[in-house]
Amino acid sequence: MDVGGGFAPSHITFTKELMEFIGSLWEFLLGRPEQVRDAIFEHLLYVVVVVGLASAFSIMIGVLTRYNVFARELSLAIGSVFLTIPSLALFTIFIPLVGLGFWPSFIALFLYAILPVLRNTVTGLEQVDPSVLEAAKGMGLTNTEVLLRVQLPLAWPVILAGVRIATMLTVGIAAIATLVAGGGLGDFIKSGLARLPLPNSLESIWLGTLLCLLLAFVIDLGLKVLKTATISRGIR
Amino acid sequence: MTDDVLIRLEDVTKQYGGTEEPAVNSLTLEVIRGEVLVLVGPSGCGKSTTLRLINRLIEPSSGKLFLDGEDVTSINASMLRRKIGYVIQQVGLFPHRTIAENIATVPKLLGWDKKKIDERVDELLEVVSMDPKTYRERYPKELSGGQAQRVGVARALAADPDVLLMDEPFGAIDPITRDRLQNEFLRLQQDLKKTIVFVTHDIDEAIKMGNRIAILREGSEIAQLDTPEAILADPADEFVENFLGSGAILKSLTLAKIKDLELHQVPVLKAPVMRDKALETLQESEDSTAILLDKDDKPLRWLDQSALNRTSQPIEKSGRPITVDLQPEDTLQDALTVMLQSSTGLAAVTDRKGTYLGCATIESLANLIVSGQGSKN
Repeated sequence: MDVGGGFAPSHITFTKELMEFIGSLWEFLLGRPEQVRDAIFEHLLYVVVVVGLASAFSIMIGVLTRYNVFARELSLAIGSVFLTIPSLALFTIFIPLVGLGFWPSFIALFLYAILPVLRNTVTGLEQVDPSVLEAAKGMGLTNTEVLLRVQLPLAWPVILAGVRIATMLTVGIAAIATLVAGGGLGDFIKSGLARLPLPNSLESIWLGTLLCLLLAFVIDLGLKVLKTATISRGIR
Repeated sequence: MTDDVLIRLEDVTKQYGGTEEPAVNSLTLEVIRGEVLVLVGPSGCGKSTTLRLINRLIEPSSGKLFLDGEDVTSINASMLRRKIGYVIQQVGLFPHRTIAENIATVPKLLGWDKKKIDERVDELLEVVSMDPKTYRERYPKELSGGQAQRVGVARALAADPDVLLMDEPFGAIDPITRDRLQNEFLRLQQDLKKTIVFVTHDIDEAIKMGNRIAILREGSEIAQLDTPEAILADPADEFVENFLGSGAILKSLTLAKIKDLELHQVPVLKAPVMRDKALETLQESEDSTAILLDKDDKPLRWLDQSALNRTSQPIEKSGRPITVDLQPEDTLQDALTVMLQSSTGLAAVTDRKGTYLGCATIESLANLIVSGQGSKN
């Protein structure tokens, strides 16, 4: 007599259902290649533009406030406020100003991405060994040279870690852009949700989610390559 | 005074906001070209502040700064600093740059071409006794504390500045390495003849390193400024006396060099040597110990009568090995240490290449101290 007989069939059933679901997910994906391609492209555009600009902006703020405790704390506080506003609200409050579509989403994502990079820029610059700065100044490097040749390179690993966090954050939250007609992979999730429990609704939700994960993974890989290429062996 | 003054601080005061007493109070100080001037004093006396006033890492509240006769109080500070080497206790090497890149910092700022920089880096690594091939491409984290400070010194010397400012450069290094670095540095300075301002809190280091010593008290006020010999012989006041501490004679041992000693010549045996010949040589001399040299005249062993009579061993393995030899630039304190450790009471002296010159003995040491004392009184 097979004692575990009651378990095995349900296990098999589950595996079978999973395989069937993956099959139909795959079919769903193959059925709309252009839609998928466009959504990925829109999503990627958000991530690249937002993370790029927000990083540049935040590093600049971190650099400009490096000798001014008050300005630094103030900008960190403002950055924190952005991150605490519910994302649904942040995406919608700019609609009256810039309309629907790309711009309200861009602004919201930009504001979200500030804090991780700013926080890490500040930390990275703060943790540079003061004796290294003393030596640099003592040798006759100007303030700009100290910044570009010593402070930023030494803070770079920490800054880059912040950029990575901002990227992951943006990949996830960019899915909300769909609610303000901003496109992206969120489109699949939204349309799936709206059609539940109709056929292909779950497939749509899962496709959006998995493509977000895949995108995050690929971008992260890219950032790792960037890290290896831009961080000196001496501080790795 | 016909001395060539290279650095002159004129009535310089540094007052920090929120404090009553200035860190440096109306200090006038002259540094003569080619000398090592040591600023020494208790912590908080303002010696580091004074040093940093010279390269204007600290800007004076009032007063003037002259370099080579030129008023540099308000010229571009970065340009001034490129002409002044700066070495600090924590070294402050750039961790993200290789040793070669670290050393090349100032030459690069000055726009030297790459080939000249490369040659200079190799030259400097050799000057500080580090093999260029081994160390050029390494990173600071791969160096020991002593090696890091050698690179620190090389980096400060890179653009061949006339002036070197050193803020407790050997303060964070273990005593044995420190001693070696000090000796090497003194040897280096003989060739380089830089004008050096050296800050330390260690009076022994001050006596050893300085051509002149400025003993500072609170507010960077000069308690006494003179040669180490003069300060040891005649402290200006109680503060200086207390600061010097006890054992002035022992301290004066760090002042004189082995080259000041009259070396004693013991019988010399050159390997390979016959036992009979060796015994004969030793018996003809008044000394009880002979020295065995190898074919390049490098000291090998001390041999005495009983060692030579012990026929069970070849001559090259008899007697006692000579493990440490002294060089003319080492101090008498080093000599005393070696003698006390040696069973014979002798210390072999060689030149820098290791060629035997003669022996330092307790008698020769005592003679020098007595005559030195005599000349001062």
